[in-house]
Parts: sequence; structure tokens; C-alpha cells
Amino acid sequence: MTQLPTSTEKKLGLVIDLDTCVGCHACVISCKGWNTENYGAPLSDTDAYGADPSGTFLNRIHSYEITQENAPAQLVHFPKSCLHCEDAPCVTVCPTGASYKRVEDGIVLVNESDCIGCGLCAWACPYGAREMDALEGVMKKCTLCVDRIYNNNLPEEDRVPACVRTCPAKARHFGDLGDPESDVSRLVAERGGMDLMPEQGTKPVNKYLPPRPKQDEAQEFDILAPYLEPVADTPSGFLGWLDKALEHIPGSGPRFPDPDARQKSGKL
Amino acid sequence: MHPAPSVIIFTVFSGLGFGMLVFLGLGLPPVTGWTAFFFYLAAYAMAVGGLMASAFHLGNPQRALKAFTQWRTSWLSREAWVSVAALAVMGIHAFAAVFFGAILAPIGWLGAGLSVFAVYCTSMIYAQLKTVPRWNTWLTPLHLITLSFGGGAALMGHTSLAGLLIVLAAALQVAHWQVGDRALARSGTTLASATGLGNRGRVTAFEPPHTGSNYLLKEMVYTVGRGHAAKLRLIALALGYGIPGVLLLLPIPGVWPSLIAVPSHIIGILAARWLFFAQAEHVVGLYYGKRAA
Ligand code: SF4
Ligand code: SF4
Ligand code: SF4
Repeated sequence: MTQLPTSTEKKLGLVIDLDTCVGCHACVISCKGWNTENYGAPLSDTDAYGADPSGTFLNRIHSYEITQENAPAQLVHFPKSCLHCEDAPCVTVCPTGASYKRVEDGIVLVNESDCIGCGLCAWACPYGAREMDALEGVMKKCTLCVDRIYNNNLPEEDRVPACVRTCPAKARHFGDLGDPESDVSRLVAERGGMDLMPEQGTKPVNKYLPPRPKQDEAQEFDILAPYLEPVADTPSGFLGWLDKALEHIPGSGPRFPDPDARQKSGKL
Repeated sequence: MHPAPSVIIFTVFSGLGFGMLVFLGLGLPPVTGWTAFFFYLAAYAMAVGGLMASAFHLGNPQRALKAFTQWRTSWLSREAWVSVAALAVMGIHAFAAVFFGAILAPIGWLGAGLSVFAVYCTSMIYAQLKTVPRWNTWLTPLHLITLSFGGGAALMGHTSLAGLLIVLAAALQVAHWQVGDRALARSGTTLASATGLGNRGRVTAFEPPHTGSNYLLKEMVYTVGRGHAAKLRLIALALGYGIPGVLLLLPIPGVWPSLIAVPSHIIGILAARWLFFAQAEHVVGLYYGKRAA
């Protein structure tokens, strides 16, 4: 059914921390691995070792640069997968009912045996979260690892999405964003979690935690600075005597030659 | 968006076919017998041919019948229903006209209404998409319906009416281009809002997620050069609107103005439709740093 539920019992989703993501792409690989071996059609690659490789992925990592005047540029790695939107335009446009949003947990899924591969849902998604598989001709998207999170055959610590389980920087968090007391909801409240493209009116469930401002915190590091300064500028005592003695050995220049002086003397 | 030939052919020819069916349904002119047979043959060939071309666009066309199930929310599903209904109702009308020489006026009116609605549904598939600001305007259905009427009138031999409608469609076409060129900037969607990082400084795409291409880039991040697009717009304006408009409006006797005007119109509209897709900027391109706005 492509009519969206007016409300869902839970709002399962991801909280992605742009401050800690190191852009290692480990979640991309674990997502592709899990979702190729499990739910639905495998995620195909075409011309994988040729001149024009291409493949289906449910999760991709962009990198953006933020430049400011009078401050160093900042690099932000930006993981992007389906945001399991509350007002999911990808669902309502689907002519077959293959795309749907689950009432029990809000996960947006594609029933591949109903999908005709018209691609309209991918056009309707502003985030590029849906990709048509080139070999199967059906629409693929993040399932929120629905076949892991409820899977009693897995040890309890593995009952989270593959990308969350894999992330070495703990930049991806999974939970119920409909419950204000959940860990993920508290994280969003504390860190000012945000929506992507709020003006598109999709009401994404997934939230992004903004990177912490780096240069404001530079102050804190200055407390340590005095301890890290060089102990002596000019050697004295025995080292001072040795330094001077070495300078007098023929052929040896000053210990820290002045580059201009070297150029003038013609010795390079 | 990727200008797929199947979708260009589908939208152009189904628009023309349904445009003809509108006039046939209204009894303008009230044709019967062999004349009716050839008119209906042409209209059905274009409308059905267009719909079949659209099936080539599907990844799994064998399941196409499932597209009839979600008419409550999906314009694509509504289009499927309304097209079939229009073709069926007009089929009855055609049968009576061709074989019994009878014009079943109320059935014809119903069929004409459904034919207009079919073109409207097709246009709404594009106009509903907030993700493609260039299409997301009431000008899209208005232009496509006017074009369908204009082409239909030309094919039915209503020369002066066709000329007027084509001139009106030309004005709507230019408006669609003008509004469309600013639509992405006016939509408010930018890389800053796409990443949520805009309040920290200037955001630029540093590195894409993959070294090769992918479905998103091929399907939604198609780009045309400015100069190339401007040339094609001129060709579309001249062939699609200018030449047929003038030929149909001038009081030239005989059929030869129509014989030049109709093919010229179709070629021009095919070029315009190619641009309709090729120039449509999907907001996902922002994530790839591929949009100027
Ligand atoms: S992110 Fe895209 S695919 Fe996922 S629910 Fe939202 S609109 Fe649909
Ligand atoms: S590609 Fe499949 S899931 Fe997407 S709109 Fe078409 S039928 Fe529905
Ligand atoms: S939740 Fe699962 S399917 Fe979705 S991005 Fe993570 S690993 Fe991929």
C-alpha cells in the first residue's frame, strides 16, 4: 500500500555523527556485503574490473569541504543512506505498491516481487537513497537491515544494522527516534541533530549530528602549550662548548645554517 | 534527468494520439465510415504506441499490470487506468462510427474528457516531483495539455484552431523555460540545506563517494551545455511552433501547409521534449556538486 501510515508505532532509524565519521567507507562495504547475501536481489556490479565500473550500493559516503574566512577549512565525511522519511514521497508515487512504509516501525521497504522497475520512486527521493539494480531491474534501498534487527538467530550484539555494527568510529547509531527517552533521541537533543533538506517536506527519521566547531576548542589545547615549548633556545654548558667546538672544525658550517647566507656563499 | 528515447517518444506520441481522440470524441469533425477508420487508426497507433514505448523503460515489464493497483496515491497508476479507460470508451465510439455510421455523442464526450485527463495524468507524473524544481509547476500540465490539443487539432485538419493553439503552446513553452531556468535557485534547496552544514561556512563537494559512475549520476545528474541547449531551444521553437504556427494560420488553400506543418511540429516537439528531460535538474545532483545553484 502506497498510502503512508498517519503514524507509526516506532520510528526506527539512524543517527549519523558527522563529527566522528572518518570517511573510511567500512559501513559501505559491510552494507553491500550483508545486503548482497541476504534480503532480496543481490547488489550487482557491472564491469567491476573494466574501464567503466559501476555498482548498486545502499549507503555511500560523500566528503565536503567547509571554508570560512579567517578559519581553517574543515573536511566533513558524509554518510548517506535512506532516511526512512515520515512523509516519504518515494512511497506515494509508486504505481504498484512495491514501495511501502511499515506501520510497526516506520521502515521504508521495497517488495521486489511487485516492483516493475519504473524508477519513479528514485526520481521522487531527494537524497539519492534509491538505486535501480542494473541486472535485476528492481529498486534497491536501505532496509535498515530489517533482517538483522529482529533476527533471533544472531547474537544480541549483532541485532543492529550492519553499518552500525561495523563503524570503527561509532559514527552511526541505531534506535527508536519516536521515543524521546531512547539513547538516539537523547543524542539528537544534546548535539542538535538536524534534518537534511527540511524544505523538501519529507520529515526524515534519520538525523545528522553536526561536526563540533574545531577552532573554538583550540583555546583548551593552549593550556598545555607552555609544557610543550622547547626547553632552551641556545645550548649552554657542555652542549654549548661542543656546539662551538664543532663549528670550528673545517668544512662544517653553523649547526642551523641561515638559508640566505648559504645562498650568498654559493655553497648549496 | 537522462533523456531516455522511450520516454520522449511515449510522452510526445501519446499526447498527439490523445489530442486527436479529444477532437474525435467531440465530433469535430463528426467522421464515420472509412474516414473515421483512418483517423482512429492514426490516433490509436500514436496513443497505444506511445504507451508501449513507455513499457521499454521498465526494469520488469512482465509485471506491468501491477501498476494498476495504487491509483489512490500514484499519478503513474492513475495514468494507467485513465489511458485504458479513454482508449476503451473511445473504442466503442470508433466502432459505432466506423461500422454503423453512428455518432454516439455522450460516449464521445466521455471519451474526450478521459483523453484530456490521460494527458493530465502523464504531465502530473513530472509536475508532482518536488525533487525536480523545473517540472514542479502548474505550467507543466498546462503546457502539455495545450500541446496535445494543438497537435491533435493539426492532425484533424482544424488548421486555424491548430495554429492558434500552437502559438499559445509556444508562449507556454517559453514561460516554462524562463521559469524553469530559475526554478532550482528559487526552490531553496542547495548544497547547504542538503548537508545541513550551510551555517558553518561555504560548503563544496570535496570528493564523490565513488570513482566510477552510478545509477544516480546516469539517471538524474545528466547535464547539457548551455550553448547546446540554447541552439536546441531555437530549433524546437522554429520547427515545433514557429513554422507550423505560421503555415496553419496563413490562409493558404489546400492540404500542403498541413503536410509540412505536422511533421515539422512533431520534430520540433521531440527536440523540446529531449530538453525537457535533459535540462531537468534533480536536487540529488547537489550532493555531487553538479549543480550551479
Ligand atoms: S530517504 Fe528517499 S528513499 Fe528513503 S524514505 Fe526518504 S524519500 Fe524515500
Ligand atoms: S521502481 Fe518499483 S518500487 Fe519504485 S516506484 Fe516503480 S514499481 Fe514502485
Ligand atoms: S541499515 Fe543496513 S541496509 Fe541500511 S545502510 Fe546500514 S547496512 Fe545498509
